[in-house]
Amino acid sequence: MADTISFLKPREAVLSRRAAIIADLTELLPPECLVHEARELVPFETDAFVSYRRLPMAVALPKTTAQVAAVMKYCNRYGIPVVPRGAGTSLSGGAIPQEDAVVLGLSKMSRILEVDYANRTATVQAGVTNLNISEAVGIDGFFYAPDPSSQLACTIGGNIGMNSGGAHCLKYGVTTNNLLGVKMVLVDGTVIELGGKHLDAAGYDLLGLVCGSEGQLGIVTEAVVRLIAKPEGARPVLFGFDTSEHAGACVADIIGSGIIPVAIEFMDKPAIEICEAFAHAGYPLDVEALLIVEVEGSEAEMDAMLKAIVEIAGRHGVKTVRESQSATEAALIWKGRKSAFGATGRIADYICMDGTVPLGKLSYVLNKTSEIIDRFGLRVANVFHAGDGNMHPLILFNANDPEDAARAEEAGNEILKLCVDAGGCLTGEHGVGIEKRDLMRHQYSEADLNQQMAVRYAFDEDWILNPSKVFPLDGRPTA
Amino acid sequence: MQTNFTLAQLADPHVAESEQILRRCVHCGFCTATCPTYVTLGNELDSPRGRIYLIKDMLENGRPADEEVVTHIDRCLSCLACVTTCPSGVDYMHLVDHARIHIENTYRRPLIDRLIRSLLAAVLPYPARFRIALGLARLGRPFAPLLNRVPALKPLGAMLDLAPKSTARVSDSANPGIRAPEIEKRGRVAILSGCAQPVLDPDINDATLRLLARFGVEVVVPEGEGCCGALVHHMGREEQALDFARRNVDVWTREIDNGGLDAIIITASGCGTTIKDYGHMLRLDPAYADKAARVSNLAKDITEYLSTLDLPRLEPKRLNVAYHSACSMQHGQKITMAPKNLLKAAGFTVRDPGEGHLCCGSAGTYNILQPDISAQLKARKVRNIEATKADVIATGNIGCITQIASGTAIPILHTVELLDWAYGGPKPEKIPGR
Repeated sequence: MADTISFLKPREAVLSRRAAIIADLTELLPPECLVHEARELVPFETDAFVSYRRLPMAVALPKTTAQVAAVMKYCNRYGIPVVPRGAGTSLSGGAIPQEDAVVLGLSKMSRILEVDYANRTATVQAGVTNLNISEAVGIDGFFYAPDPSSQLACTIGGNIGMNSGGAHCLKYGVTTNNLLGVKMVLVDGTVIELGGKHLDAAGYDLLGLVCGSEGQLGIVTEAVVRLIAKPEGARPVLFGFDTSEHAGACVADIIGSGIIPVAIEFMDKPAIEICEAFAHAGYPLDVEALLIVEVEGSEAEMDAMLKAIVEIAGRHGVKTVRESQSATEAALIWKGRKSAFGATGRIADYICMDGTVPLGKLSYVLNKTSEIIDRFGLRVANVFHAGDGNMHPLILFNANDPEDAARAEEAGNEILKLCVDAGGCLTGEHGVGIEKRDLMRHQYSEADLNQQMAVRYAFDEDWILNPSKVFPLDGRPTA
Repeated sequence: MQTNFTLAQLADPHVAESEQILRRCVHCGFCTATCPTYVTLGNELDSPRGRIYLIKDMLENGRPADEEVVTHIDRCLSCLACVTTCPSGVDYMHLVDHARIHIENTYRRPLIDRLIRSLLAAVLPYPARFRIALGLARLGRPFAPLLNRVPALKPLGAMLDLAPKSTARVSDSANPGIRAPEIEKRGRVAILSGCAQPVLDPDINDATLRLLARFGVEVVVPEGEGCCGALVHHMGREEQALDFARRNVDVWTREIDNGGLDAIIITASGCGTTIKDYGHMLRLDPAYADKAARVSNLAKDITEYLSTLDLPRLEPKRLNVAYHSACSMQHGQKITMAPKNLLKAAGFTVRDPGEGHLCCGSAGTYNILQPDISAQLKARKVRNIEATKADVIATGNIGCITQIASGTAIPILHTVELLDWAYGGPKPEKIPGR
């Protein structure tokens, strides 16, 4: 197991009371809602950032907001750390627990409570999956826009925690732009509601603060999200290039000319091969880089936008342009793209970076990334949201070789610093978690970071909510 | 993901295989979303990723199975929806097979559980015993509510509830022999008579034999065929399963060597998944590995085989058919379009129920051994099917037929029964009026 990133030292006072704590939790929750047998805790020791693992003390799987509040109130009283968990699909280790923590899993709260087309909103429990919302309203011509690649499995609660994005966020914005309200349990068990069905709320925009707070300000149990009417039509088009530089420059030119397609996704040759092997989507295998550009609207609108994009691509030496010929083919193109990370498992273990860079720097950062990867003697596959500069180099390595794993981690850190130095940031949509925590000082000044921690402190003085995440372990304000 | 096995552990070919499977998993969690038990229970321990992790922990530590692990592996339907979903190509089927064998070899189940499993393993694979058992079950049915009140005895209650209310007639379709084609011979196949299916619903193979004969296919019902072994295989009773497999491999090999076979036709997709895996199951048996692989290659679901016959397109009928794809069909054998295309070509209007990837809860003996989860899945399946407002339901697996029939008034038939009817066979009794 990798060990460069450390966790907070477990609280002795909590560990020593383990039996009593389990007994108390048994009083608070029905039997099927509490996991505490040693064997059964093991599957909760990690999420999709699987290089790091810590066994939790117990896992609570409440069915109601009242149960969440009861557990939270109890843990707060005894200073027991709480690590929230949705579907455990975090790529930054956001849901990895620690030895003195109770995992608060929202997976049993997965109902859609209300769909309100007149106000274009859905009210859902936090454990509902992202895709379930779109599926529930799809038949009536609506969808929920942010679409993380893990949307099949990831939960809306986790999306809120990480302010998740996705391919279609280029046009529709990320989670925070599509979230209208939440019901949230505070650290002391108080239940509050923020926002509602309207676009703005009176007073402070606390909702904006909560979205992306990685489970450190409270536990979101319900959310009101914006529904969007499906476009008349949508068409993904494949653009193949001879070099990544040309593809990168083409992206900057498309956006720079004022065209905002719904999505512009980038794949380099290794990524194309991986995705094709899984999805058989018909990606061109004879190009070095591929852009999936999706346009939407009426036939005339799509044609017009596409014409302008093809013209720009022509200036960047595009080699092949292929429109999807059917709905099935379009679905396969997206299935391949969205399965890219998992499909990489067919050839190697990987860690996925999430740096975001200014579009003008895409080609530069791609080149530098290759240099770094070569220097470490590793392999990389690039597949990312090019339209908003959100890069995802997948660093390939062998998890059964500790030296290889350490090299991959080190190379990843260099790549993320490269993104920051190029004028970008550490994370576009996956959150800081533990993965990027110790790089936060590379991104922020001491004053910047202190101000963020002051907010966190205001919600949770004792730092029991997801405590090992987001902020470097040293220099935290304490009570 | 990282694995931690010693070289000594990896010397065991089963462990070595599981290690390779585990290495592919990147713990992305996609599989949780399409797992019927996770969707129902909302606990990762009852999801593929959770089970993979439990199995990994158990095997790495070389531990005997224990109550916790067994609980969650037992709840797995082996529907293999996770295998369809997994982008990394994790071979969950063979991993959970290994886990079930490990459980059977290292864990002593509570007495009642042992008795019920032994009873199932001793009765279901044998048509004569099964027929008698069904007769007894009808007598015992009044006691079902009583049994259902005692958690440990619920499986017995479920068994009684599932038994059909009337005895099916005895058909000669399972009698060994050669069925000559009605027109010029264009192919020769063997057919699996199966174990539970001919007792529960002999109409299925009757229809198959009629349809194949009409289209010029000679069908052999080989002497000595038996249960495919799937039922005991899924209970982890590997030796018994392999014995069934070897026996069928011998029988079919004899037919291949004598008259030649274009295919071995299977009309229950649950059996199909297992027979197509014979090559893998017997890979370590030098005397059988090659023969078993040959049998697996010839094994075809009836709809796969019919698709190669170019059946004529027929005029549309006014009958809406909800097609329920059995898990063993869509996930186990990856057959998704063939049955629907055949039905459409035969003039039926085909409707796809929502959440088609989710299991109906039948899953071999699952509806007996896990009656609570099974009942929830059945209700969900029936809700989705009834929402299509179909006139009849078509599917390709006897388990699903029994399960779904016990939850809805819409008639449910095997796909091949509808096809036989469309192509000149008698109207199935289950189709009302008209």
